[in-house]
Amino acid sequence: MFLGLDYNTWWFLVFGAVISGYAILDGFDLGAGALHLFLKKEESRRIALNAIGPVWDGNEVWLVIAGGALFAGFPIAYAAVFSAFYLPVMIFLIGLIWRAVAIEFRSKEPGKLWRLTWDIIYTFACVVVTFSLGLMLGNVALGIPLNEEKEFSGSMLSFFNLFSILVGITTLALFMMHGAIYLAMKTENRLYVKLTVLAKNFTIFFVVAFSLTTLYTLLYIPHLSDKIRSNPQYFIFPVIMILAIASIPRQLKRGNYRLAFLFSSITIASLLIAVAVEVFPHLLYASNNPANSITIDNAASSAKTMKTLLIIAMIGTPLVATYTAFVFWTFKGKVKLDEMSY
Amino acid sequence: MDVEILSRIQFAFTIAFHYIYPPLSIGLGLILVIMEGLYLKTGLKIYEDMTRFWIRIFALIFGLGVATGIIMEFEFGTNWATYSKYVGDIFGSALAAEGIFAFALESGFLGILLFGWNRVSSKVHFLSTIMVFLGSMFSAVWIVVANSWQQTPAGYHIVGEGLQARAEITDFWEMVFNPSSMERLSHVWIGAFLAGAFLVLSVHAYYIRKGKHLEIAKPGFKIALAVATIFSLAQLFTGHKSADGVAKNQPAKLAALEGHYDSSAVADMYLMGWVNNKTQTTTGIKIPGGLSFLLHQDFKTPVTGLNAFKPEDRPGQVNAVFQFYHIMVAIGMLLIALTLYASWLWWRGKLFENKWLMGVFVWAVLLPQVANQAGWFAAEMGRQPWVVYNLLRTSDALSKAVKAEQVLVSLILFTLVYSILLVLFLYLLNKKIKHGPELTAPADEKEVEAKSIRENPIMN
Repeated sequence: MFLGLDYNTWWFLVFGAVISGYAILDGFDLGAGALHLFLKKEESRRIALNAIGPVWDGNEVWLVIAGGALFAGFPIAYAAVFSAFYLPVMIFLIGLIWRAVAIEFRSKEPGKLWRLTWDIIYTFACVVVTFSLGLMLGNVALGIPLNEEKEFSGSMLSFFNLFSILVGITTLALFMMHGAIYLAMKTENRLYVKLTVLAKNFTIFFVVAFSLTTLYTLLYIPHLSDKIRSNPQYFIFPVIMILAIASIPRQLKRGNYRLAFLFSSITIASLLIAVAVEVFPHLLYASNNPANSITIDNAASSAKTMKTLLIIAMIGTPLVATYTAFVFWTFKGKVKLDEMSY
Repeated sequence: MDVEILSRIQFAFTIAFHYIYPPLSIGLGLILVIMEGLYLKTGLKIYEDMTRFWIRIFALIFGLGVATGIIMEFEFGTNWATYSKYVGDIFGSALAAEGIFAFALESGFLGILLFGWNRVSSKVHFLSTIMVFLGSMFSAVWIVVANSWQQTPAGYHIVGEGLQARAEITDFWEMVFNPSSMERLSHVWIGAFLAGAFLVLSVHAYYIRKGKHLEIAKPGFKIALAVATIFSLAQLFTGHKSADGVAKNQPAKLAALEGHYDSSAVADMYLMGWVNNKTQTTTGIKIPGGLSFLLHQDFKTPVTGLNAFKPEDRPGQVNAVFQFYHIMVAIGMLLIALTLYASWLWWRGKLFENKWLMGVFVWAVLLPQVANQAGWFAAEMGRQPWVVYNLLRTSDALSKAVKAEQVLVSLILFTLVYSILLVLFLYLLNKKIKHGPELTAPADEKEVEAKSIRENPIMN
């Protein structure tokens, strides 16, 4: 126990925070990548790449930390999730490889065809990564069949259900909106004007996708809103979410992209919190037999390890936050190309 | 082929490919710290140009390290679910610490290292270079600790039985400082320094042979040569300590390294040879009793052989383990000879006169790479049939939910993707090397140099 909560619940919160951090930070990188082909001019594309250039790698590390956090704190969930989603995970990872090398390789040759090839690979990789992330999240929220040993016992094809596909599309729309707002914040002149238009369009795209997914959930998957409906105090989360989403177009209209970015970050976090509230204390719900479900208690490492992990997190988090802030501060303001740029 | 062999091939392939890059990042990181440190200390432009040139190459290498590294973290879960459950309590904490203390540090400051030259003061930039270097050193710490725990488990107890059994930490620091972790860590670090130093040596030797960028190529070569010489020699000690540790903690592995079967016999040391696992004989050029002497300082003391272990508890591929180990050792000796000879020429003031030697250095970049890979193959294949030594068998560690066809698909995908990556990497690396460093203040400085040469009667 620590401050009235047991270690397993703490680690669930830490894990959730890391996942949210990843979604907010790499979310704008992936979104910027997914909309890359909407930018037509060579200079615009370079500026967009350099807007994420110094930070995307650090942002991706949050995924590594999330993976480590799950492995260390809830090894049974880690084993079940990644072996169940074997091929989607592989496609997701190979997508991340191409995203990384596309950013790195594109600028190394001046040829038009070379750059166009990498632009296409880059956009495609970001779309695949984002969509598969959403698809897996959708399936985790729904639950998957698990046997008594808590390993996946279903068919891969079941992952492509309508709900999870909707979540995948919503995630893509969300990240594209988030990425467009980020890029608008980092650019000026004509590119900025173009991005403000894109940001507005992606916001519409997101609101439509989000509404459809919500409607589908309320109609066909009632258990995914059980807890919030039966506990009025949890209403705060959907309320914050709706307010944040509603504030985005308002801030876009006023041209305040920093606030818009803040609100799109809150949207991402509150969406994940809503999912977390509904699934808690499950990490992976067994859709065939609830008794086989993986919970924070039957998946957790020993109390000693949980304590060690919390100490590691308490030392590590302020350090990471400090130098992440320092790096973002160093590259604050509008992007300027120089001889070290991509 | 079954899930086990496919999963093993996939893991070996993805980790071996990944391991081309992190040692280069660690080694180049060290060299960058030295070069930029010299620049700050002396203010000489050549050091600045050198640093900036190597930062560009570092970026390429680091990028591939990140891209291929992220696979590794998830492959434990995808292909080795039972293993993940078994070791999560222990391995997972090391991995989490690696992410938060090491990767976050290096990736955070990497942005400033690569793009911050005009944005921060030279001191802050130097600090970022040091942080990236330290981050890469720390990441080696945690992953080697985790791997060493698999070789020599400590600070744990087993909870549960049969399929539910798993290891839990009883003492975190005993786990971190398990019997093999520190000697293996120093061995890995130095292997990485050598990989980086020999890359710098190779590129600079190439320029010297071509007579290009000499004002940078020569001093850069000397920096890397100093690093390479010191650490080639140091590697002899860490290597010896590692072998001693293997003898103490993993006798079956040691026996496989030297192809030694008979426990009642004196153990020989082979310079090269061939192991026949069927007839249980090893033939080759040997120092009779050499291994006995190395371990017990006596040529006559018997050493535990493979026969002391049940057939199912021995490494399956004894000859492969033997060969990988001997390739590593032979290259280690070669590196010592090469760097000492070059250092001797340097001391005599004749280092750059020998074009032939420069040619050797151009290609010597491959040697530490091969040695690093061979060393890991010997270590990991020598650990078989265990994934956690004496506790969990590799064949029991798999993901039960994953089918052979799925692994085959992902293995084919990785083979395709990594082949393309390797070709692109070599192409771009070659291009950057051919392009060479950009000189920030070449014209007038060269003019001054040329003038002083013209006006100096002795040099004419």
